[in-house]
Amino acid sequence: MSESSATTSARPRRRVVNLPAHVGPTRASAYVCEAVSCLSMQSHDVLLGLGERVAAAGLTDVEVKRVGCLGLCAAGPLVQIPETGELFAHVVPDNLGGIVEALAAAVPGGERVPEAPFFSRQLRIVTENSGRIDPESLEDYVASGGYQALRTVLSTMTPAEVRDEIARSGLRGRGGAGYPTGLKWNTVAKAIGSPKYVICNADEGDPGAFMDRSVLESDPYRVLEGMAIAAYAVGASIGYVYCRAEYPLAVSRLHKAIQAAGRSNYLGASMLDTEFSFEVDIRQGAGAFVCGEETALIASLEGGRGTPRTRPPYPAVAGLWHQPTLINNVETFANVAPIIRKGGSWFAGLGTATSKGTKVFALAGRVVNTGLIEVPMGTTLREIVFDIGGGIVDGRAFKAVQTGGPSGGCIPSEFLDMGVDYESLIGVGSFMGSGGMIVMDETSCMVDVARYFMDFCREESCGKCVPCRVGTTQLFMLLERITTGEATMDDLAQMERLGHMVQRTSLCGLGQGAPNPIFSTLRYFRDEYVAHIVDRVCPAGVCSIEPAPVST
Amino acid sequence: MTTVHTLRIDGADVAASDGQSILAVATENGIDIPTMCHLDGLSDTASCRLCLVEVAGSNKLTPACTTLVTEGMDITTTSEQLTEYRRTITEMLFLERNHICAICVANNHCELQDLAEKLQIDHFELPVINPSVGIDASHPLFAIDHNRCIMCQRCVRVCAEIEGAFTWGVMGSGIAERVVTDMGTPWGESPTCTSCGKCVQVCPTGALFENGRSIAEGSKAQRPFLPFLKRLGEGLEQT
Ligand SMILES: Cc1cc2nc3c(=O)[nH]c(=O)nc-3n(C[C@H](O)[C@H](O)[C@H](O)COP(=O)(O)O)c2cc1C
Ligand code: SF4
Ligand code: SF4
Ligand code: FES
Repeated sequence: MSESSATTSARPRRRVVNLPAHVGPTRASAYVCEAVSCLSMQSHDVLLGLGERVAAAGLTDVEVKRVGCLGLCAAGPLVQIPETGELFAHVVPDNLGGIVEALAAAVPGGERVPEAPFFSRQLRIVTENSGRIDPESLEDYVASGGYQALRTVLSTMTPAEVRDEIARSGLRGRGGAGYPTGLKWNTVAKAIGSPKYVICNADEGDPGAFMDRSVLESDPYRVLEGMAIAAYAVGASIGYVYCRAEYPLAVSRLHKAIQAAGRSNYLGASMLDTEFSFEVDIRQGAGAFVCGEETALIASLEGGRGTPRTRPPYPAVAGLWHQPTLINNVETFANVAPIIRKGGSWFAGLGTATSKGTKVFALAGRVVNTGLIEVPMGTTLREIVFDIGGGIVDGRAFKAVQTGGPSGGCIPSEFLDMGVDYESLIGVGSFMGSGGMIVMDETSCMVDVARYFMDFCREESCGKCVPCRVGTTQLFMLLERITTGEATMDDLAQMERLGHMVQRTSLCGLGQGAPNPIFSTLRYFRDEYVAHIVDRVCPAGVCSIEPAPVST
Repeated sequence: MTTVHTLRIDGADVAASDGQSILAVATENGIDIPTMCHLDGLSDTASCRLCLVEVAGSNKLTPACTTLVTEGMDITTTSEQLTEYRRTITEMLFLERNHICAICVANNHCELQDLAEKLQIDHFELPVINPSVGIDASHPLFAIDHNRCIMCQRCVRVCAEIEGAFTWGVMGSGIAERVVTDMGTPWGESPTCTSCGKCVQVCPTGALFENGRSIAEGSKAQRPFLPFLKRLGEGLEQT
């Protein structure tokens, strides 16, 4: 298994993928992840190197293929042999011999490596194609069932039937608040005005969240298909994807997908030879978190300052250019085609009483397997953290899991057996949000966590309304007093009062949600606050507190 | 023909026409709701949050300035909780920047002072922010002292909506947000400013003032253009 690393590392970097085409049926394939995380660790060199090695080894019945996110991002670059189930982690371009050997030995239909719980415990609907198809290939998407749903919709269903099917599925918005999607579509359909717009919210600004980016990078056609079905259902003719400029690969894949779909009549005028027309364009946001709020997003699309405005009127009635506008999250749109293909009742059969289907989470923090996972609603935190996540790093003790990003909260161990859905999370003082999940162990200080999120909100506050603009800064100052040991119990009481006021009086969800990390950590870890204030110690040893002046 | 609604404000039955805001109806009926960002004749932003009121059946507070009345609405404009929130907002406005009234051109002519008086605020408890922010005195007639600015954006709106000059804008975000002339060009070099002075007149505090006015004189004149334009606008709508 000697590798001539000298020749591989001397190979000039090439940008164009030019893999040797294999002839005849495929016996085995190597799926190389080319989503951003693996790409940043040279997975493109792995792809090229594997292509060369496979050709050199004369394996003409082996396909080497670029795919989207395989999920286990922290172990990248990842290569999978789907025929055997083998997964290669931390692959380096200089050491590909093992993979080539495995490819040479692979027997189709032969024995499969049993999948790790990380994979077997997941249920993939939104990410069904991630890591399985080439995200830049329309043919691959179509071959895996893509555009069947749109075909069905355009040729056999009325817009009202489509809306009924979505309503029957029980799908709720994945952008955070879980608003029923069918209801929103019906409101836009009934609103008076023309043209109507469909907007895909791909602003994804929560710290640590990358669910939407991964979907766009791994399966862009699925989002476009969902948008087209939505447009037909609500009577819209123009669509925009509002994507953060920090996601260049997502933007470029989306751009290619829009062009290829347009050429093949899956977008544009008279789609699939019907009367229906729908155009989609991409708009890039400058990366302000608040621009993910729907009214701020619309203001930004109109060329103005991206600040929220009061609702009503809701965008469904008066949105972009005051026209009826459907705005949904990337993951919401990504659920649409499977619902049409398999039926609303199928989807409604998954999940919990109030939350149907699956949810994609970005698992991060002090957990062994970090990365992207998709699980049915109602999966318990214990299954997520310990089975899929593989438990806590270094065998330490679990302390809390943070969900919902800056509007969310920390859930302590007593709720590990709680099934995760929209209502259960709110019930324990947290929030679904876009799907960030940060696992914390005993080395995390809960006051410091609250301080971190308040710092984020203070930085991201647009400044329009007084309670959020001034209040988040004041809350942050009070938290700093606590973490540096300068606070009194009066400061704590004042912080709670101020938090309630900011929550109740702020204009948009950013300010309204900003105090939540404080409330949830106070609810379960008040003793840590008291320890900082009264005993002047940080129990987790995170905050540096000057010892108290010795009183004589 | 306009539709008439009946609704309740603080327990009293009142009549209102379709399209009126809660604030307008309350004012017509002699009910005082504190406001700051609102000014008759300008568009509303609902940003100061002082006018938040309770509407029966909703657990959310709603801004009176931008919420239109509906039939049967039951509105409470004052409660212990609402007063507490209004006091906190006012306190925030004082503590966000520097408001030492004794040395301010607007002393005794200041809407922020009036508000504090109305809400009977006698002391502050929250953390003081007060960053050091500058003064732009480059304009021959007027000046802005950012230390006194409460970011109500009345100047921005009057300049755009009434004068049509679009000189004032907003830069920065969050606590670093500032009003600026022509994207940050010094006011005196502004190619768009017509020197009409409307911004100075609508400014509720001593942030915008006329150069050379003594503190004793005060600098806030009447605002004749606003009610006039408002009436004109209403007259046009009715024809
Ligand atoms: C501060 C703030 C940031 C938000 N950011 C996002 C975002 O990045 N992506 C998103 O889809 N929704 C975001 N939302 C929610 C949107 O306002 C909106 O509810 C959502 O896009 C609706 O789509 P859905 O019904 O599919 O969830 C944000 C809301 C707030 C208040
Ligand atoms: S709550 Fe914060 S982000 Fe939202 S409008 Fe107010 S200042 Fe802007
Ligand atoms: S300068 Fe005056 S009018 Fe303009 S935002 Fe500041 S306080 Fe308001
Ligand atoms: S007057 Fe209504 S929010 Fe300022």
